[in-house]
Amino acid sequence: MKKFLLAFTLLMGVVAQAQNPEELVRSIKSKLDRVSNYSATGKMKTNVIFLKAPIAKVQVYFRKPDQLRILNEKGISFIPKGSMNMDLSQLFIDPAGFDLLDLGNDKKTGWRIIKLLPRDPVSDVVLSTIYVDAAAGLIRRSSTTTRENGTFELEMSYGTYAEYGLADKVIFSFNSQEYKLPKGITFDYDDGSGKKSTSTGKPTKGRVEIYYSNYQINKGVPDSVFR
Amino acid sequence: MLALLWIELNKIFRRPRTYIAFGAMAAIVWLIQLALYFDGQAYVDLLLSNLSGSFEFSDLFKTQLLNGYLICFVILNTLLIQMPLLVALVAGDSIAGEASQGTLRFQLTRPISRAQLIFVKFAASVVYVLCLLLWLALLALLGSVLLFGVNDLVVLRSTGIEQMQMDDVFWRYLAAFGFAAIALTTVAALSLLLSVLSENPIGPIIATMSVVLVFTILSEMNIPIYDTTVKPWLFTTHMVAWKGFFYVQADAEGATVRGSVENLPAVLRSAGILLGYIALFLWTSIYLFRRKDILT
Repeated sequence: MKKFLLAFTLLMGVVAQAQNPEELVRSIKSKLDRVSNYSATGKMKTNVIFLKAPIAKVQVYFRKPDQLRILNEKGISFIPKGSMNMDLSQLFIDPAGFDLLDLGNDKKTGWRIIKLLPRDPVSDVVLSTIYVDAAAGLIRRSSTTTRENGTFELEMSYGTYAEYGLADKVIFSFNSQEYKLPKGITFDYDDGSGKKSTSTGKPTKGRVEIYYSNYQINKGVPDSVFR
Repeated sequence: MLALLWIELNKIFRRPRTYIAFGAMAAIVWLIQLALYFDGQAYVDLLLSNLSGSFEFSDLFKTQLLNGYLICFVILNTLLIQMPLLVALVAGDSIAGEASQGTLRFQLTRPISRAQLIFVKFAASVVYVLCLLLWLALLALLGSVLLFGVNDLVVLRSTGIEQMQMDDVFWRYLAAFGFAAIALTTVAALSLLLSVLSENPIGPIIATMSVVLVFTILSEMNIPIYDTTVKPWLFTTHMVAWKGFFYVQADAEGATVRGSVENLPAVLRSAGILLGYIALFLWTSIYLFRRKDILT
């Protein structure tokens, strides 16, 4: 049995490698295309150098082609710019709009690395790189560089909803700008601790982690959510 | 002593000008609330302008941000700088006012010591401070909560942002008002001391305000050596320590720790320093008043 499993895994690996990037992207897209809308509950953790925010219970709504909304169930949540990129189907709205470049497999993880170069010279996306678990037909990691909002990185872990290409956990990294307000406006209390400012004066990386649960797939999302 | 305190409170609360403070405070609070009710969006846009490069803010977010807790914080930030003037109006008048009216000598013919008289005047000023703060709490906290509702509180500092969940905020306001009582009592004690030195109430009131204003400016300045030598001992540096209750601890991943205060020992130290100042001002007032020639 063990030998059979080993042989099966190796075979799948070979088959996956054999797929050209176009086929691989097509198979991922067909999986993502099964979802036209969803809502999910989630736990959101925000990690930005200048922000102290509580872990929030959120409701995430998505509707094709490009509507994504994260709502805090009871409270306020700082949603990073470009959060729309948290949904991978964005990349595949028009697969024909990209040239694909196969960079082979990642040495550590074995994931297939494919670069997506937009054909539209004025496209906001300059370059996308996806790391594909070819055997499972899932994108595990992606990096998207845009003209306006810097680079976004995504890391996904899959579980119950892998068959729809929906992750159980998403880590979204984004560029956060420097934050500083004049002391004359804030009238801060100086506690004498001599604690240095967290501001580096340069853009830093922010990180949002969302742990999804209880997806409601293709059950419809009301318009009011996206207003 | 209680009978004396009662008499002093009667004097304070029978004077129409005492209510100027309550009226002025209500006017300022209502104006701020009114302005934010109708033009709060512009204020929120200004606050968030520094963050628009990193986050996207929906209209819903802005409406939720501008909640009663934030409005109360804005009001306290504005008013707790001006409130010393209102406190000085009463505390600065307590001895010098009697001297200018010619009733101080008459008061001292009664069988009470000069120290007792100072204590009673001070206690009456403290009661007045507490009434002012209670009035402020009703207007700024209760009024804003009723008008704008509640939600998470977001406090902007010069180098960072603190967010507290809505059910983790109310106790912070109770603590902040308690601290503000100590801070304003310090001003009342200073004003009383200056009142002992004067025969005219205008002098101590203006002098108190001048000291508070100059020291507040000095407290906000950042000069290397002065920062560690003079600044930590200015009472105005510690008067804003009520804000310490709105600075929260965060875990290694930046998540707010519920019910926490970033540096509670520092806030308590500030309270200790203010209490020390109160004791010093009071003791000096008694010392000077005992040696004073009462001519009127």
